[in-house]
Amino acid sequence: MLNRQGRPSTAGEAGTTEHPTFTGNKALAQIEPLIFEFGRTDTTGVDLDEPEAFTPRLGGMERKDAIGLPGLSEPETMRHYVRLSQMNYGIDTGLFPLGSCTMKHNARLNERMARLPGFSDVHPLQPVSTVKGALELMNELARYLVTLTNMTTVALSPKAGAHGELCGMMAIKAAIEARGEGKTRNVVLVPDSAHGTNPATAALIGFVVKPVPARDDGWVHVDDVKKLLGPDVAAIMLTNPNTCGLFENQVSEIAKAIHDAGAYFYCDGANFNAIVGKAKPGDLGVDAMHINLHKTFSTPHGGGGPGSGPVVLSARLAPYAPVPFVTVKDGELTLVEHEEDAAETPFGRMTAFHGQMGMYVRALSYMLSHGSDGMKQASEDAVLNANYIRASLSDLFSQPFGDKPCMHEVLFDDTWLKDTGVTTLDFAKAMIDEGYHPMTMYFPLVVHGAMLIEPTESESKVSLDLFIATLRDLAFAAKNGDTARFTGAPYHAPCRRLDETRAARNPVLKWTPPAPIAEAAE
Amino acid sequence: MRYLPLSDTDRGEMLARIGAKSVDDLFADIPKDKLLKAPIDLPRRKGEMEVERILSRMSAKNMSASSVPFFVGAGAYKHHVPATVDHLIQRSEFLTSYTPYQPEIAQGTLQYLFEFQTQVAALTGMEVANASMYDGSTGTGEAVLMAHRVTKRRKAVLSGGLHPHYVDVVKTLSDMASDEVVTLVPDVSGTEDILSQIDDSISCVVVQTPDMFGNVRDLKAIAEKAHQHGALLIAVFTEAVSLGLLQSPGSQGADIVVGEGQSIGNALNFGGPYVGLFAAKSKYIRQMPGRLCGETVDADGNRGFVLTLSTREQHIRRDKATSNICTNSGLCTLAFTIHMSLLGEAGLTRLARINHANAVKLADQLSGVKGVEVLNKTFFNEFTMRLAKPAAEIVERLAEKGVLGGVPVSRLLPGAGLDNLLLVASTEVNTDDDRAAFVAALKEVL
Repeated sequence: MLNRQGRPSTAGEAGTTEHPTFTGNKALAQIEPLIFEFGRTDTTGVDLDEPEAFTPRLGGMERKDAIGLPGLSEPETMRHYVRLSQMNYGIDTGLFPLGSCTMKHNARLNERMARLPGFSDVHPLQPVSTVKGALELMNELARYLVTLTNMTTVALSPKAGAHGELCGMMAIKAAIEARGEGKTRNVVLVPDSAHGTNPATAALIGFVVKPVPARDDGWVHVDDVKKLLGPDVAAIMLTNPNTCGLFENQVSEIAKAIHDAGAYFYCDGANFNAIVGKAKPGDLGVDAMHINLHKTFSTPHGGGGPGSGPVVLSARLAPYAPVPFVTVKDGELTLVEHEEDAAETPFGRMTAFHGQMGMYVRALSYMLSHGSDGMKQASEDAVLNANYIRASLSDLFSQPFGDKPCMHEVLFDDTWLKDTGVTTLDFAKAMIDEGYHPMTMYFPLVVHGAMLIEPTESESKVSLDLFIATLRDLAFAAKNGDTARFTGAPYHAPCRRLDETRAARNPVLKWTPPAPIAEAAE
Repeated sequence: MRYLPLSDTDRGEMLARIGAKSVDDLFADIPKDKLLKAPIDLPRRKGEMEVERILSRMSAKNMSASSVPFFVGAGAYKHHVPATVDHLIQRSEFLTSYTPYQPEIAQGTLQYLFEFQTQVAALTGMEVANASMYDGSTGTGEAVLMAHRVTKRRKAVLSGGLHPHYVDVVKTLSDMASDEVVTLVPDVSGTEDILSQIDDSISCVVVQTPDMFGNVRDLKAIAEKAHQHGALLIAVFTEAVSLGLLQSPGSQGADIVVGEGQSIGNALNFGGPYVGLFAAKSKYIRQMPGRLCGETVDADGNRGFVLTLSTREQHIRRDKATSNICTNSGLCTLAFTIHMSLLGEAGLTRLARINHANAVKLADQLSGVKGVEVLNKTFFNEFTMRLAKPAAEIVERLAEKGVLGGVPVSRLLPGAGLDNLLLVASTEVNTDDDRAAFVAALKEVL
């Protein structure tokens, strides 16, 4: 007799209590071992035929020992890395308001363009006559960057933001040495609010870093800068918009003071995304500025790179731009790869080959898509979104520099959490449970318990409204003494809060085979 | 604009909540005379089709490696990348994530970094590896600075077999930091006397193997003498596949091993992005540059991974940091790890044997061409030939015949009197037909 009822379709007795599983998995949330724990050194997921017998020419340097690399078949590989991916939060997962990091939408058109064979499958050293389109792309990207910033030239090759900073500071050092002041001008001024890469970069090439103290309004004051200026100062490294989310309102005066003192103005362009199409760094007196293509122009962050950090340079620094670069010679694009071949005086080379071509393509694809009007709109929407969050939270959250308009990111401190037993870290971890990536926390260092929120232009109003409602709910919970919601968080992430102290005290940086059982028992 | 969700109605409502009349009220801190009134003089927005058309036209002007018999190397190598690799690295959760600063929702990234570090340590024969550098060349620059920190000396000796771009990167960095660099003359035969350069004044000696001319170097004596004088051996490689077949630098006594990882999992990309591999003896970890991923436990006692030892890094130590590096090569690292997991030891060693076999076959066939002399006694998948004519000219004429036949040494070392030398690489992608086409074309143009 047929069962005409089919399978049960009601929820039945399903309750809400925890039910431990045999595997430790929780349905879609799977525990995944390391490849070393289930791979085999005699397994491979790549079919290759053994070559015919031949006499090696390795001079007796053949490897004799095993390497110890496990292999996986293709289905195992796919499943392993898909499972790992499911433990990650990305922009495509949800709102990712990581201040100063600019987690905006990564258009897949840009991925497709970067994979065109003429870009992805060309070698950096094949004859230049066979890569004219690649030079054309670099030249076009350079034109866009120079036009958007009103600067004289751009060094494309730096591999990331910090590498771009290094490139810009090297150009400044070269210019100072050319003036014969290499021995005497060795101080670089860096505000306390700067990214750590700024002082690290200056120190790397022998500059002495002098801090510009923070003021209680979040701005760098020209008077403070003037007090530090002298014949020993090579440059200032100023982030604008700054890491407090404010546009440096005395930037023109600071630039003038710097130049009057014979020094250079390095601008950290990490936050350029707030002002594209609204202001040009060249108009503000900037001599060098790196542009994070992976922030402003949306090349994917990829879990921490690859980035790309082209540096735009003023006329005073342009002659020192490093090789390689694309230039026009007899009406044709050419690639200058050696200092001897340059008309000017490059300071050297930042990297092998020509920089991050894959990122250049993605960034140009972004720029072409947006156009002049779209890029301006993106900046305006980014600033509007940040201010909308500010205006919607200012009654509950404390702002270290008063309630005033911000740029693309809004900075709160932890004054409002005083006596709640909840720290900025706890608050961030509770946001994870609510399905959000936390904001940047404890940066900039000049603010206690900083929370730096950058929504970007990619968020809709609906999305922002839910985010705001969530933060307000969390804020009320913190103020009403529901501390367990914070101090134990996250409860619902792929793992609970991790012990970072333990990791640093006893560093385990690679997998090692477990000790034999007899030994382990001792 | 398709990427921007806000409507004009949204914008109006939001401005009202903020209490601003127009969006320009929010830009009031920009000096009035600097706030742009007109749009910047660049084209307006474009739809997907138009962008594709523009970029495809540029792309089509380039001769792609897969479209011709291809033998170009010199620090970047054409290898087959399995389809699985490119699919997996494009998963949203990998592609659109950030540096794993919130480890509870970044275990995917952290676990593959831990796997990557373990793979790199095994491959190089070293105790620890970091979570990557930008590429091999910048990694070499950082390795030299690290050796200076470890030894408290500030002079490096660079082998004449080190890739000229790597030499230039190290020199640029060292000049700027007022450190001394001794560069040996280009060493075509791999027989330079580097031992005589080692004394108590140097911090490190930097040797590449296989070197830029393709020679396989024995590092043991160099390591021994360096150690006698309190200096470090930095071993460099530009072809990671070679480590599947050659003795690891670690087993030969290297203190730091740095190299280019592009060959595993990553496309040629006209030079970038690539992935720098960086490994060292564990006693030096606190002097290492870059990010490190370490194992720990969570509040429930379960294993998890975090970024660790960050007190070396710029965001904590600022001007006292070991390096200024922040962003590294995350996604290229993932591509490396996935490809390496697919290969495993069995696949990698076989891949390396195929590369070597193909290069041996090619060298033997090209040796038979009049006007060609293969110079190497030893090589892995790349070797140097002396031609009867300048190599730059020959390469151009080969390209006209649809063969990308290698890198003229003069492209890397102009004015060194090595104009007739050509670097030729052969990997698993080359077929018998490719080799025959190369030989035939070379006979015609020489």
